[in-house]
Amino acid sequence: MTRIENTFRTLKERKTKAFISFIMAGDPTFEKSLAIIKGLPEAGVDLIEIGIPFTDPMADGPSIQLAGQRAIASGTTLNRVLDLVSEFRKNDKKTPIILMGYFNPVMAMGVEKFLSNCKTAGVDGLIIVDLPPEEDQELCIPSVKAGLNFIRLATPTSDTKRLEKLLQNTSGFVYYVSITGITGAATPEAKSIQAQITELKGNTELPICVGFGVKTPQIAKEIAKVADGVVVGSAIVDKIAKNTSTQEILSFCKTLADATHSISSD
Amino acid sequence: MNNFVNTLRAGPDENGRFGEFGGMFVSETLMPLILELNNQYENAKTDPLFWTEMDDLLKNYVGRPSPLYFAERLTKHLQGAKIFLKRDELNHTGAHKINNVLGQILVARRMGKSRIIAETGAGQHGVATATVCARFGLKCIVFMGKTDVERQSPNVFRMRLLGAEVIPVTSGRGTLKDAMNEAMRDWVTNVHNTFYCIGTVAGPHPYPAMVRDFQSIIGREAKEQLMEAEGKLPDTIIACIGGGSNAMGLFHAFLDDHSVNIIGVEAGGMGVDDRMEHAASLTGGRPGVLHGNRTYLLQDEFGQIIEGHSISAGLDYPGIGPEHSWLHDIKRVDYVSVTDSEALDAFQLCCTQEGIIPALEPSHALAHVMKIAPNLEKDHILLLNMCGRGDKDIFTVANALGEGLDD
Repeated sequence: MTRIENTFRTLKERKTKAFISFIMAGDPTFEKSLAIIKGLPEAGVDLIEIGIPFTDPMADGPSIQLAGQRAIASGTTLNRVLDLVSEFRKNDKKTPIILMGYFNPVMAMGVEKFLSNCKTAGVDGLIIVDLPPEEDQELCIPSVKAGLNFIRLATPTSDTKRLEKLLQNTSGFVYYVSITGITGAATPEAKSIQAQITELKGNTELPICVGFGVKTPQIAKEIAKVADGVVVGSAIVDKIAKNTSTQEILSFCKTLADATHSISSD
Repeated sequence: MNNFVNTLRAGPDENGRFGEFGGMFVSETLMPLILELNNQYENAKTDPLFWTEMDDLLKNYVGRPSPLYFAERLTKHLQGAKIFLKRDELNHTGAHKINNVLGQILVARRMGKSRIIAETGAGQHGVATATVCARFGLKCIVFMGKTDVERQSPNVFRMRLLGAEVIPVTSGRGTLKDAMNEAMRDWVTNVHNTFYCIGTVAGPHPYPAMVRDFQSIIGREAKEQLMEAEGKLPDTIIACIGGGSNAMGLFHAFLDDHSVNIIGVEAGGMGVDDRMEHAASLTGGRPGVLHGNRTYLLQDEFGQIIEGHSISAGLDYPGIGPEHSWLHDIKRVDYVSVTDSEALDAFQLCCTQEGIIPALEPSHALAHVMKIAPNLEKDHILLLNMCGRGDKDIFTVANALGEGLDD
């Protein structure tokens, strides 16, 4: 069982929902993102998503785009992202780490080398936004063979037939994109996504986590009522952009985590 | 496509691949749309009614066929190959771009889409899209990098006159690549009513094939016209390449004619070297994934995209259509590059020798003609795609020449 699967099982036993936070590696510096990541588990974060910066993040809104630019400016290469994970793993063997980004930096490193570096560093899962099931041969299948979870985005445009295809090689959990749009855009409505989550549940046993547009503890709570987990990215990244102290960022994450955990899965 | 095939014109395969290039590298939100577009385009392609409407508009609205013109004084001046120009700069809106836009808008209408978005660099594709949208009463939004909005102001005004909304893109460095990112973001957000009209043979499948099909009329016409004028195939055909749509348009009809030497000319900017002050993806880049397809890209060793540079805003793109990447790897087409200053020389020569003010984009192809034509036999037929006129470039050229005088 992977760390991701294990985490969801434990949460289920505790009858609560998962809180997942996203930050961009190396934003604004390697040291600061390491300090934040190290503090996340204690703040109540169950799974950590770490962004791989890319010059052309087509699915991301301004917050994540700018975070990527700051990260690139601070010298964050894919190697440095993996260093960050290794550093984190020295003191935390339990919290799952998921790398999220675009395919080109992975291609530049080489798929085989990337996967072996991921295993060494202690990465558990991958979300590569521009690799739909049609391109599974590129990275998804090699990742699964290497023992990493390949997490796929399901969206409001995915109909039943499409869901079948995209769930095929997915593992760990399903990331449901709550809106048609880019990260950090419009706020999702729990009611409107409930029906789609019910449909997803009919097609998979995997936990369903919802992200894109979740900005406050209140929204996190609403989403947690209908999903197995909540993902927050842009709202946290926006605080980093304003040069907020590590401690304040972690307490913001704690309010989001507490809100999510206040919802029982019964 | 990996099997033995006796034609080079059958691509892409069912996965949208030309060899290893192409594909569908987009976020999941866009996948259902892209698959739907592929279905609709496949239907349109085989529907005679679609082509009846298309052919009528190409003839009476665009002004096709564009002439094939023997450039007599240029030929004499260069004292070698016999030079013909395919005059796609005489099309309505002044470039080849409208051939493709017309086709895509007709597809969009079949799909019932009411809102058209497009990216533009130099503004030619934006103007063509705004034009055809006006013709059909469709809402048109054009994304254009802020830098390009500033350096191509006449085209910005043209688009606005035609009723389009021009959105300056400030993300990244504000050029064509960023405009394309922003168009994709808009598309992801407005999936239900919006059609993305891509201006070149790049993007996720089926765009590279669809845009090529709509542009391939250039080569088909030229082949027929040359047969009529000279009774034979050209010996060399040549076109400039940014994303590569005018070049694919010219090349496609000739890919299986192995006697025809095919040359694509990339923008060499300040020279193709480690400074990366160029836009020659094939000559100075390596394969990667951007904007929905696997292709040659300008990128650093860590896979970050490099902007590149060209005096021509229409060639200033860090990628290239995937079919070109494939034709490069199988060596069917020879890809070369020329610098900004060589293109400027060609621009001026064309003005004074032929009374044609060419766009800076085909001036690159002409610059390469100037290099090779003198060494070719007098009966060697060289066909160049004059894909755009230069009215839009006169300020850029004036600036460049002014700086040259100061040096």
